[in-house]
Amino acid sequence: MTPHVILRVVSKFLIPLIAMFAFYVQFHGDFGPGGGFQAGVILAASVILYALIFGLAEAKKAIPPSWVRIGMTLGVLLYGGTGVMTWLLGGEFLNYGVFSPEHPSHGQHWGILLVELGVLLAVASVMVAIFYAFGSRQPDLTEEDW
Amino acid sequence: MPSTILLDIGFMAMLVVVAFSIIRLRSLFAIVMLQGVYSLICAAWFVSLDAVDVAFTEAAVGAGVSTVLMLAAMLLADRDSKPVPMSRQFGPLLVVILAGLAMFYALGDMPAYGDAHSAANSYVGMDYMAKTAEEIHIPNVVTAVLASYRGYDTFGETVVIFSAGLGVLLLLGLNGNAGKWRAQPNGVRISKASAPAARKRPMPKDAPQPTQKPTPKPAAKPKATRKRVTKKTGEKS
Repeated sequence: MTPHVILRVVSKFLIPLIAMFAFYVQFHGDFGPGGGFQAGVILAASVILYALIFGLAEAKKAIPPSWVRIGMTLGVLLYGGTGVMTWLLGGEFLNYGVFSPEHPSHGQHWGILLVELGVLLAVASVMVAIFYAFGSRQPDLTEEDW
Repeated sequence: MPSTILLDIGFMAMLVVVAFSIIRLRSLFAIVMLQGVYSLICAAWFVSLDAVDVAFTEAAVGAGVSTVLMLAAMLLADRDSKPVPMSRQFGPLLVVILAGLAMFYALGDMPAYGDAHSAANSYVGMDYMAKTAEEIHIPNVVTAVLASYRGYDTFGETVVIFSAGLGVLLLLGLNGNAGKWRAQPNGVRISKASAPAARKRPMPKDAPQPTQKPTPKPAAKPKATRKRVTKKTGEKS
């Protein structure tokens, strides 16, 4: 891993930008293309890039596998929980209008925000989890092995 | 005639070329890389078709994450695919030809490219377009449809992704058995201690000749580093 100075420097510069772009895609999804799914994949890609450049062990230190496990569950629960909340507030499942009865469109904004956050968590965690699962099964390769 | 039609034809021609190279190649590493190329061309094509959201996903998932996952899966298997004898290729060829013919048969029912009266552009789709502005107050209709109008579907998709992750974790484990795994690729038992990367691996071609004095750990020549341990050398060690 040590010889790749350019790769390491460039990716160290790029990884935060990629992660930030993921959040831009996430929270700008109401106005432009993108949303929870795309943002989650981009966020996972930044973690995977980190693991590729700096090694899986370093990546697991930065994003521990337990976070990943909790994140994927939390994402689905957040989505389902939003639906249950709308139920409890007297609306239909996932009818976000009930969050703000005077201005149903505001409630829609809230609902979409929560739901997209759930998708982001679930997708990003699952992608990283699958990468961890596959990546952990072989020892790190030396340069020549490629 | 839309101005991007030449672009579209160009992209599709590139897709065909890449697909044929994938079929012809034997090196799995090259195939995985070409699959990434295929996804990237697809993404560019989707942009030209104004499906930016899909292009986004294709570029991130197809070209990014899945390429890495395929590489990781390839490392667990062989580096080269074995050629399939001709006699076993007639069945798949028949299936492909039949499926292709069925698609050409169905082509007649497809709406023309950019048809304003196609199924996607009439019925409920137009309602979403008209009502998103007043009901949801967000400019992006795709997000409104995905997260609000079709929230059930998206919930289902999220659960599908979750189950995919859950399945992989149940089968492989998040830590890959915490580094205590045992694997037997090509009949060679390797573990963390005697992992392929832990020592230089000899190759079948570069394995010591029978006439030579066998060395316990023959140093691999630079050429030898492409492939994995084979049965022959594995039994020896």
